[in-house]
Amino acid sequence: MSSAYELAASIRSGDQSALAVVDASFDAIKERDDEIHAFLHLTKQRAQAQAKAVDETVANGGDPGPLAGVPVAIKDNMCTRGEPTTCSSKILDGWRPPYDATVIGRLEAAGAVIVGKTNLDEFAMGSSTENSAFGPTRNPHDTTRVPGGSSGGSAAAVAADFVPLSLGSDTGGSIRQPAALCGVVGVKPSYGAVSRYGLIAFASSLDQIGPFAQNVTDAALCFDVISGHDPMDATSIPTALTPTLPTLNEGVAGMRIGLIDELMGEGIDDDVIARTNQAAEALTAAGATVERVSIPATIYGLAAYYLIAPAEASSNLARFDGVRYGQRVEGQNVAAMNVATRSAGFGDEVKRRIMLGTYALSSGYYDAYYGKAQRVRTLIANEFATAYQSFDLLLSPTSPSTAFEIGAKSDPMALYMCDVCTIPSNLAGHPAMSVPFGVGDDGLPVGVQILAPMLEEARMFKAAKALEEAAKGMS
Amino acid sequence: MSGEITRDEVAHVASLARLRLDDNELDTFTEQLCVVLETAAELNSLDLSDVPPMAQPYPLSNVMRPDVIVLSLDRDEVLAQAPDTEDGRFRVPPALGEAP
Amino acid sequence: MSEVSESKTAESVIPDGWEMVIGLEVHVELGTATKLFCGCANNFGDEPNTNICPTCLGLPGSLPVPNAQAIDFAMTLGRALNCTVLPSIFARKNYFYPDMPKDFQTTQYEEPTNGEGFIQLPDGRSIGIERAHIEEDTGKSTHLGGGGRIHDATATLVDYNRAGVPLVEVVSHPVMHDAETARAYVAELRDILLATGVSDARMEEGSMRVDANVSVRPVGSDELRTRCEVKNINSLRSLGRAINYEARRHVDLWTNGEEPRQQTRHWDEDGGRSTPGRSKEDADDYRYFACPDLPPLTPTAEDIAAIDAALPSLPAARRSALAVAAGVEIIDTTLTVERGLDLLVIAGIAAGADATAAMKHADQNLSDGQGQLTPASFAALLVMEADGSLSSTQVKTVLAELVANGGEPGDVAASMGFEAMDTSELESLLDRIIGDSPDEWARFVEGDRKVQGHFVGQIMKATQGKADGKVVNQLMTQRALEG
Repeated sequence: MSSAYELAASIRSGDQSALAVVDASFDAIKERDDEIHAFLHLTKQRAQAQAKAVDETVANGGDPGPLAGVPVAIKDNMCTRGEPTTCSSKILDGWRPPYDATVIGRLEAAGAVIVGKTNLDEFAMGSSTENSAFGPTRNPHDTTRVPGGSSGGSAAAVAADFVPLSLGSDTGGSIRQPAALCGVVGVKPSYGAVSRYGLIAFASSLDQIGPFAQNVTDAALCFDVISGHDPMDATSIPTALTPTLPTLNEGVAGMRIGLIDELMGEGIDDDVIARTNQAAEALTAAGATVERVSIPATIYGLAAYYLIAPAEASSNLARFDGVRYGQRVEGQNVAAMNVATRSAGFGDEVKRRIMLGTYALSSGYYDAYYGKAQRVRTLIANEFATAYQSFDLLLSPTSPSTAFEIGAKSDPMALYMCDVCTIPSNLAGHPAMSVPFGVGDDGLPVGVQILAPMLEEARMFKAAKALEEAAKGMS
Repeated sequence: MSGEITRDEVAHVASLARLRLDDNELDTFTEQLCVVLETAAELNSLDLSDVPPMAQPYPLSNVMRPDVIVLSLDRDEVLAQAPDTEDGRFRVPPALGEAP
Repeated sequence: MSEVSESKTAESVIPDGWEMVIGLEVHVELGTATKLFCGCANNFGDEPNTNICPTCLGLPGSLPVPNAQAIDFAMTLGRALNCTVLPSIFARKNYFYPDMPKDFQTTQYEEPTNGEGFIQLPDGRSIGIERAHIEEDTGKSTHLGGGGRIHDATATLVDYNRAGVPLVEVVSHPVMHDAETARAYVAELRDILLATGVSDARMEEGSMRVDANVSVRPVGSDELRTRCEVKNINSLRSLGRAINYEARRHVDLWTNGEEPRQQTRHWDEDGGRSTPGRSKEDADDYRYFACPDLPPLTPTAEDIAAIDAALPSLPAARRSALAVAAGVEIIDTTLTVERGLDLLVIAGIAAGADATAAMKHADQNLSDGQGQLTPASFAALLVMEADGSLSSTQVKTVLAELVANGGEPGDVAASMGFEAMDTSELESLLDRIIGDSPDEWARFVEGDRKVQGHFVGQIMKATQGKADGKVVNQLMTQRALEG
């Protein structure tokens, strides 16, 4: 499939029909998704209706928008009206929301065609998509391996060329890590840059929706479409954001880039470190200066994250009680019904995090756990701010390793370690993205992470573009 | 904090969260939660007395909307998704006692 | 705020030696057009589940956005209660109940919109308020089967129309010691709510809900013993009954060597008793934390000044102003202020009316309100009464006419045929009647008051009732002194 940018252009000009493009997408899915299992549900009727509308607009001389006719897959934790939205959980099996997430509206207003909902770790809790109640997704590069998580389905859908674009959500790395493992581009925007209205909340102060794409240009195009203030989201940034597409090719000459010391040593595989060093060299060759920088607080990120995220999640997931929607297991009284419903409906990882979060907030423990973790957050944000006084961007690996085998990591803590490079930017709220950069010793994709200060996506994308160019030259 | 959580505490927390765990689950979860909390205990070494908790990643304040009616959801569409309804209301097994 | 001294009641509700300690939590529904965090209509009595949206239904993915009018009303109420308006943060109070769409309630915990304040009661006492914070209301549960009683129900039905309606919870300090004070507090709060327009405060409709925290202690002690929270109080009368019942129940327990269990209790108005609800010892740990979806509210000094400038005259201030103008105690102003006649009386006094007379007329002759009566006419009429131009009876009649149809007292009196009776005319008339009844006059001069009526009656007959009885009495007394 062509890039989103090229597809939209050719559909707008009438060279291709949106309907033909979306049918091709469904054909590709039909051919290989039995194996990959990126999708939980296809939205054929909605897609074809949207595609027809796009073609009609073109036929009438109108402009259907910057994503005209582009097939897009949506992680199944974003509400799509009338279509199943399960969060890969039994507890929401069968639920069809009566409303669309804001990002859905923005995509469709730009002419995009939503083809289906993708698999994820249940309620976005995980780093491998193995926690889905409906079976794992397989990495298109090696189907014995995980695609990463929690947005594994969306990453795989793009990596398998089912769609040129997909949306995921990132709370501790859930877009960037699967992007790295699947060899695609994945972006976590600044907190507040993309509306969370309609995103089923995991950790409200950390969650952000972002795009997966096969190239940096497409990711920039998608980001520019979905981002911007939303009055339905009180945490949405009110000021206008700088578009990322127009300045994409400006290069990195003169940029000062810091390579994060603490993420280039213990806990990171050697081949990943090697690729990241090569990325640093590539940026230098492109005109930037790259130096090591120490951000000590990043080592506390994991601990802080695994107190804050579950705490907020324990509150956000309380509403799944069998009363108003979703599955219900009956009981003698409503409390018994709540218990039976939640015990049957939630998987183990979700239960684990709910209990951890409940504990971290509970009377007597709040200050020691949740309260303390929120202070660590400030510490991390302050250290990043200091680093950004000397650097325009930061660089690190995205994931400590390449894709591991399905079933290989069963210990929760081992899976939590997958997020060590990505978590700090969720805690600080800054944007970060993963760009494919070579392969590991096992031939599997490696991603490097570019981090930027708050609201500096345009700068971040420039460096990503430069890296993408350099990566083309790698053997 | 030592980073330890006891089996009883796990049981208590589970009930606060409206979750029922059998004995095996209780044991497994207790073990797993202990491991996570040990990692959390790393934070104990930090002196954070001068560091305020982070309220929001992007500081905003006074975000409000006008007092203007917006069209509501269609009741039928909503109730169609409910496990059980009666007379236009959501129906559940009896709620014992008054709300807190 | 300092404790209110025990008021003296006619009969003791609880045995001597014991004192009630009462604190009130009043939940007030704000009269906004829409709910606190969404644009659904804030209406009472609509068909179930017709005012719902993803946010107030707590659907997965929904988010709250605060209603500017609700915040304004909350600050207005706070200032009307003399509270300090503070920067505030919305917090989540986490617990499970079917009328809670998110199974957490968005409220304010450590940082409420309004801090310490007070209410001044009509008798002049101040009742301290700890805080008045903003929170969202829950849905409404109906219990089926079991005669509507919770304990025997077979199912519960939930309507979320009320879920998300904005509330302000006003929490008093536990400084009241009898049911009458509690009732007066609630009545005054209601008057303030109506004066500010913040709520229609109807207990019977649930737009004002009162929970009473009751405990007892030995007189002279300042300890706070185990308290119970009594809910389901639907009228001022129930409030008094519930408080007295609960206090007696506690005293009985303590006297028998037992301790009341700390629990929520449900008031049964028909049965005249409270029954146990949830035990507070098993209470949920609410795990409060700042809601990450809602940025803080930070009202500026200018915002608060604007709120203050827009406040209407409140009952306490009106009572004070009238007390000063009329030279009376605050407690004596309540009826006049309640009737909305304070401005009339004050203006009347400023225009020259006698304060006592003005107050007396307001209390006795203006029970249906001011109507078309203007302060200037009121003052003029009272002058005519004072100088004897009109009798008391005539004044009442003219007053009624002025209230009904307006006008000038002089014109009205003339049109009614009430002439200003000259005092010298009366004197001449008295002289003539004295001449006609010299024996009776002699007895009057010697101090026999029984014959007074004879002279008054004669004068009234001669003047066809136009003479002012008071003036006649004065003249007679004066004449008697002269000899």
